Amino acid sequence: MIAELGLAALWMAAALAALQLVAGAFGVRADSILVDMARPAAIVQALLVMGSFTALLYVFAVTDLSVALVASNSHSAKPFIYKVTGAWGSHEGSMLLWVTVLAMSGALVARFERRLDARSLAGTLAAQGALALGFYAFLLFSSNPFERLATPVPEGLGLNPLLQDIGLAFHPPTLYLGYVGLSVAFSFAVGALLTGRVDRAFADAMRPWVLGAWVFLTLGISAGSYWAYYELGWGGWWFWDPVENASLMPWLAATALLHSVSVLSSRGGLRTWTIMLAVTAFAMSMLGTFLVRSGILTSVHAFAVDPERGAFILVLMVLYTGAALGLFAWRASAIAEGQRFAVVSREGALVVNNVLLSAILAIVLFGTLYPVATEAFGVRVSVGPPYFNPVSAMFFLPLVLVLLVGPLLRWKRDRLDRIAKPAIAAAVVLGAALVGVAMLGGAGLLPALGIALAVALGVASWMPLKGRRLRYVELSVWGMVLAHFGLAVSLFGAAADSGFSKETLAASAIGDIMAIGPYEVELTSITPVAGPNWTATEATMLARRGGASYELHPQSRSFWQPQQQTSESALLGSWNGQLYAVIGEQADGGRWQVRLWWKPFVTLIWLGSILIALGGVLALVGRMGKRRKRDRARARTARQQAELAAL
Amino acid sequence: MKFALIPVAIVALLGGFFAYKLTQPRNDFVQSAMVGQPVPAFVLPPISESRPGVQTADLRDGKPKLVNFFASWCLPCRVEAPFLDRLEREGATIVAIAISDEGEDVDRFLAEFGNPFARIGDDENSQIQLEFGSSKVPETFVVDGEGVIRYHHIGDIAERDIPVLLRELEKAGQ
Repeated sequence: MIAELGLAALWMAAALAALQLVAGAFGVRADSILVDMARPAAIVQALLVMGSFTALLYVFAVTDLSVALVASNSHSAKPFIYKVTGAWGSHEGSMLLWVTVLAMSGALVARFERRLDARSLAGTLAAQGALALGFYAFLLFSSNPFERLATPVPEGLGLNPLLQDIGLAFHPPTLYLGYVGLSVAFSFAVGALLTGRVDRAFADAMRPWVLGAWVFLTLGISAGSYWAYYELGWGGWWFWDPVENASLMPWLAATALLHSVSVLSSRGGLRTWTIMLAVTAFAMSMLGTFLVRSGILTSVHAFAVDPERGAFILVLMVLYTGAALGLFAWRASAIAEGQRFAVVSREGALVVNNVLLSAILAIVLFGTLYPVATEAFGVRVSVGPPYFNPVSAMFFLPLVLVLLVGPLLRWKRDRLDRIAKPAIAAAVVLGAALVGVAMLGGAGLLPALGIALAVALGVASWMPLKGRRLRYVELSVWGMVLAHFGLAVSLFGAAADSGFSKETLAASAIGDIMAIGPYEVELTSITPVAGPNWTATEATMLARRGGASYELHPQSRSFWQPQQQTSESALLGSWNGQLYAVIGEQADGGRWQVRLWWKPFVTLIWLGSILIALGGVLALVGRMGKRRKRDRARARTARQQAELAAL
Repeated sequence: MKFALIPVAIVALLGGFFAYKLTQPRNDFVQSAMVGQPVPAFVLPPISESRPGVQTADLRDGKPKLVNFFASWCLPCRVEAPFLDRLEREGATIVAIAISDEGEDVDRFLAEFGNPFARIGDDENSQIQLEFGSSKVPETFVVDGEGVIRYHHIGDIAERDIPVLLRELEKAGQ
């Protein structure tokens, strides 16, 4: 019964999305009674689809095995939390979650957006309706999450054990919040293209959505990276796996968009470019979804779904992106040119930032699609870290270089000699750090450059606060400082890890001692252990460092429903790095494969990305606070004028 | 205006390419490179007094067989044991190869989890396992009467794998 209600709510939500599309589209051209329907349609649609998603959560929570999706993705013996997260662990469920978040953000725009003129808002809501409608069609015609089984099964098939992890359970929804935030930016861009109004009101309306999306993407990507680090047992934190790239590409576009929209908002420049980026960012979200779900790519994440669904997402992607870009081609000339600026200016630095970010995006896109393309000609290649690492570093390191001075430049026009002092200071720090790393020895050129740049940026990122009274610095400036500092922290962790990691692979008998980094590790015992739906061999290791000793318990787990092996690495953190232990197969003569890594400063990678996201949150809160203050000031002026008029 | 059409063209191009890719058939699972190859030449002594050892000639007697790699210390092997029993009752001949194991441990394992095996070879250093293209326990191969590997099952055998393996055995016998 609950499942049928969920399905009915989904149909009604789809009908309202259609109404929203039509009403919004009429609203762009002229006033019409239909216009007033777009807003309530968006709000009611969101309520309905939220009800539908709640129904899905319910059937998963009670393990209703007469629902096909539950039967194939859940199991009565599963811990309760994973029963609930199983609701979006599957293809259908995650698509429903996607459209739910989409509709909710559409409702927020409809309810709270006051800056945009009525016609642009109508266009935005129409675009949101069109987006939602496509996903509803997908769910209702191709991936119905509420489909019943003709004969209920006695037991479910279980959730992919790799997904039975608290980090991964919340990783996809976090990314979706990011993707969907970008869809709102896309809708704003379409609305602006329809009316030709690309102004500050537009930038102010779009900016919080881009910021929010970017914060969620940042968090989602770094959570996924940390998951890959401790769960896959490979000891790495970024593999350039196609599925990782699928979320990195929208993030790169969103980062560029974030900076260009700030130029538009503060200075009124980069108009068409901002629109273009907004369309690109969402196109990358769609492309990511398509690549992950069509089965076109082979990846460790193996989401492989049937081609029919892939075709559906492909059609949506081409339709949305193609239509928006077509609209762009048709209307771009109608968008008034923005404010001009000199090459040496804050805008100039941000343009360089955008160009470099776009170049990295192009590199990642190319590397991700290249193997797919060559496969069509019968050649199987695998593009991995040997391509991505040096090529992206070639653009990423100059990007950090620009970051050293960019935030110090003034808007519109500046003189290089004004920032000569801090620039020289940055160069000195950079040189000193480079010499320091070279003296340590052992690191390659790119890691050494990375560490030096990280140190220089770590210092330079605080420069915009210099000489200002900290109490009066705007929250959004703090946000920028914190995000740039976070980038320095992440870069430091990544470069230190790639330059100074140590690895040992040994076939160890009980009692053997291995030396790695600052530790001596003894394999003390191996015992079988059992969990709710897995069995494992668990090693006990004793790690000694400077008189202190710590116990480590890596496991090699076997899940039986579905059958799958995973390794649970054991991590031992200290102030200057992590010891990472993995237990493998049993080798001959009672020996066990043991893999140990010493990873200096590796945790800084994720600490930095949390700082980056926090910077985004500060900027977001700062924007909102500023807006509230401005609104209040406007209301006061209006009241005073009214009082004057009354006199 | 003209330049602005380039992105549209890129989307159309990529879209066309993806559409083409979607219509292409593809392999959904990873196949061992050993499928279609003859089994390696080997002679393995028995590990348990209950069963004889295994050598290549045993796999070329004209009858298709399952070759199961297991170990008494392997937990998933315990999980799959009842399903191996089932396969044996359904008429499959199962030849086992014990990996890095001791005779007493194997005997204890067979006493506790059943002994559906016709022969059990002792592959102490995993040498023959590696030559089979297998890297983990448990793994199971379908070998035809000529000693050619026809099918490779990775991981433990579960309920749903039984019909698949029986079908592959039947195919290998034709």
